[in-house]
Amino acid sequence: MRLQPRPASLYAPSVPTLDLPAASEKSVTDRDFLRSAFQSMLLARILENKLSSLYKAGKIVGGVYLGRGQESVSAALGTALIRGTDVFSPLIRDQAGRTAFGESLLDCTRTYLGSVLGPMRGRDGNVHRGRPLEGVPAMISHLGAQIALVAGMLFAKRLKGQLQGVVGATCVGDGATSTGAFHEALNLIGVEKLPLVIVVANNQFAYSTPNNRQFACGDLIERARGYGLGGWSVDGTDLFACASVMREAVRRAREGGGPQMVVAHLLRLVGHGEHDDAFYVPDACRNDHYGRDCIDVAIPQLVANGHVTTDEIHAWQHQFAADVQRAVAQAQQEATPDPYREDWTAISTRFPISQ
Amino acid sequence: MSVTYIDAILAAQEKLLREDDRVFLYGQDIGVFGGAFKATKGLAAAFPNRVFDSPISEDAMIGLAVGAAIEGLRPIVEMQFADFSSIAFNQIVNQAATHYYRTGVPIPITVRMPSGGTPGSGPFHSQNMEGIYAQYPGLIVLTPATVADAFHMLIDGVALDDPVIYCEHKFLYRWLKAKSINNDHLPIGQARIARPGKHATVVAYSAMVHEAVRAADRLQPDGWEIEVVDLRSVKPLDLDTILASVARTGRLLAVGESFPWGGVTAEVISLVSEHGFHLLDAPPQRLNSRDTPIPYHPKLWASHRPTPESICDALRHLLRF
Repeated sequence: MRLQPRPASLYAPSVPTLDLPAASEKSVTDRDFLRSAFQSMLLARILENKLSSLYKAGKIVGGVYLGRGQESVSAALGTALIRGTDVFSPLIRDQAGRTAFGESLLDCTRTYLGSVLGPMRGRDGNVHRGRPLEGVPAMISHLGAQIALVAGMLFAKRLKGQLQGVVGATCVGDGATSTGAFHEALNLIGVEKLPLVIVVANNQFAYSTPNNRQFACGDLIERARGYGLGGWSVDGTDLFACASVMREAVRRAREGGGPQMVVAHLLRLVGHGEHDDAFYVPDACRNDHYGRDCIDVAIPQLVANGHVTTDEIHAWQHQFAADVQRAVAQAQQEATPDPYREDWTAISTRFPISQ
Repeated sequence: MSVTYIDAILAAQEKLLREDDRVFLYGQDIGVFGGAFKATKGLAAAFPNRVFDSPISEDAMIGLAVGAAIEGLRPIVEMQFADFSSIAFNQIVNQAATHYYRTGVPIPITVRMPSGGTPGSGPFHSQNMEGIYAQYPGLIVLTPATVADAFHMLIDGVALDDPVIYCEHKFLYRWLKAKSINNDHLPIGQARIARPGKHATVVAYSAMVHEAVRAADRLQPDGWEIEVVDLRSVKPLDLDTILASVARTGRLLAVGESFPWGGVTAEVISLVSEHGFHLLDAPPQRLNSRDTPIPYHPKLWASHRPTPESICDALRHLLRF
């Protein structure tokens, strides 16, 4: 199971690129980007710790699925995207990316707690939330299915003449790379040459199934070459590496370089959901390079480079904890759905239609 | 000069592309080639950048259409054969069909499904999927039986804000002709009395409407007047028209070309039994294909699906009560 550290980029993207600075990002310094991404990581971690406590206290109906250990990858992607311009379809372990892309804490707590004021109104829960008309599709559980959907949003923007400078992004895990939907969609985005960034967080376990029962190629990044995508491999426990690779992949997609695939190597530091103690993850995995906690890795890097101070981090922790507490308290006092008032219709058309 | 069923489908798509900038077509071999059945012949040339050949990826094709619909467009996806929509099943029933209920954002996609058997087509180019899709909340399922319906229901279906499964019958493509695409235009959700009668009601849809009318014609010399109801759309299902017909005749036979377990005919019998039991003078009957895969050889195929002969037999049985 032991993975060897990999170079930041296994091979250069196979598509031509323009050597222009990204208009949207030229004003974002490394320092600003890293501070912003780290804040999203920290907020996501504090929020998810709270969700875990609520689940264990029996306050959340249904599952709770956390992204612990994947915050660097997810936040780096979300920070590289532009809300209001780009499309981002997060998956199960993308709280940090959602936060970085501008999702409010209330959207999360309301969905987990079933408030009718949340975007899903109690009709769907936990990670199955989104605001499709604001560029954030709501995931379905069937893995790989969101890739083609994001492709369709970009395809439509192209037909409308609105694709210039737009990027779409979505995330999957190692398990999703085995689905037909994943392969169909990767081929399609290659054929249609869409500005889509697909991020594969290889966290070594799909629920309980290890990599050696999931795929037989040496490295999932080989999939990129097979479908004509630019390919990037990155240490997912290293925020600085994730930021650098994700910004470059997004920049290339944005500037006409075609679809990009980023494979991040890391370890899921929680169970599949909070019901799962992940007993099947061997100690060797937990103790190796990719078993590192990306937040523990990021803090000394950020401090040593002068991007943040420990005092700032402490202040953020206090502020975020208070923000999370408020968002939970707010959602908890809101109404939950009423089956007697529910509009039990699955279509928007009202029949009969008169001539 | 006559218009065939597939001419009507082509003409409807031409009109939609011409009049609605939101419409585009996506499917296998539908561009220069014009589609496996030529339902898009000439459209790629007439509407540059609106008609796209897709890779053979039914799942991704529907996924793309759903995303485009979120962005405000109205994609029409051609499944080369309805049978192959099994590959797209997940995107249809879990992505498209759940989207409005979950998020409040409707998904106006239309999936054209060349459906039903033709001689020699075999198990994988002959299927009828309407019952499967109708079972899922969130989908509208259309089964036009006439040239006019093939035209108007495609246009009306694309105008709906919800996902539409448009089941076009391959047997009718070139066999069914009309003098013109007339103005016989009922709204989606309303059934039609295809043939009036008073002794028994046959509820049918798609190609089976024509087989049922033939069977009714054969029983006419014996003095039986059989009413045939064309459902037109199986979801929504026009129960009012069915019950009104059964109230006139007291007898019901539901005919469908799909497999016999469950499905549209079972739903019709179930609803009439529940809401119109007092109207029935005889046990309601149903007739479907046989419970085997669809055979290749024309002799086997002709006995696999309901025919005028088997419909007549079922009606005589029904009329004996």
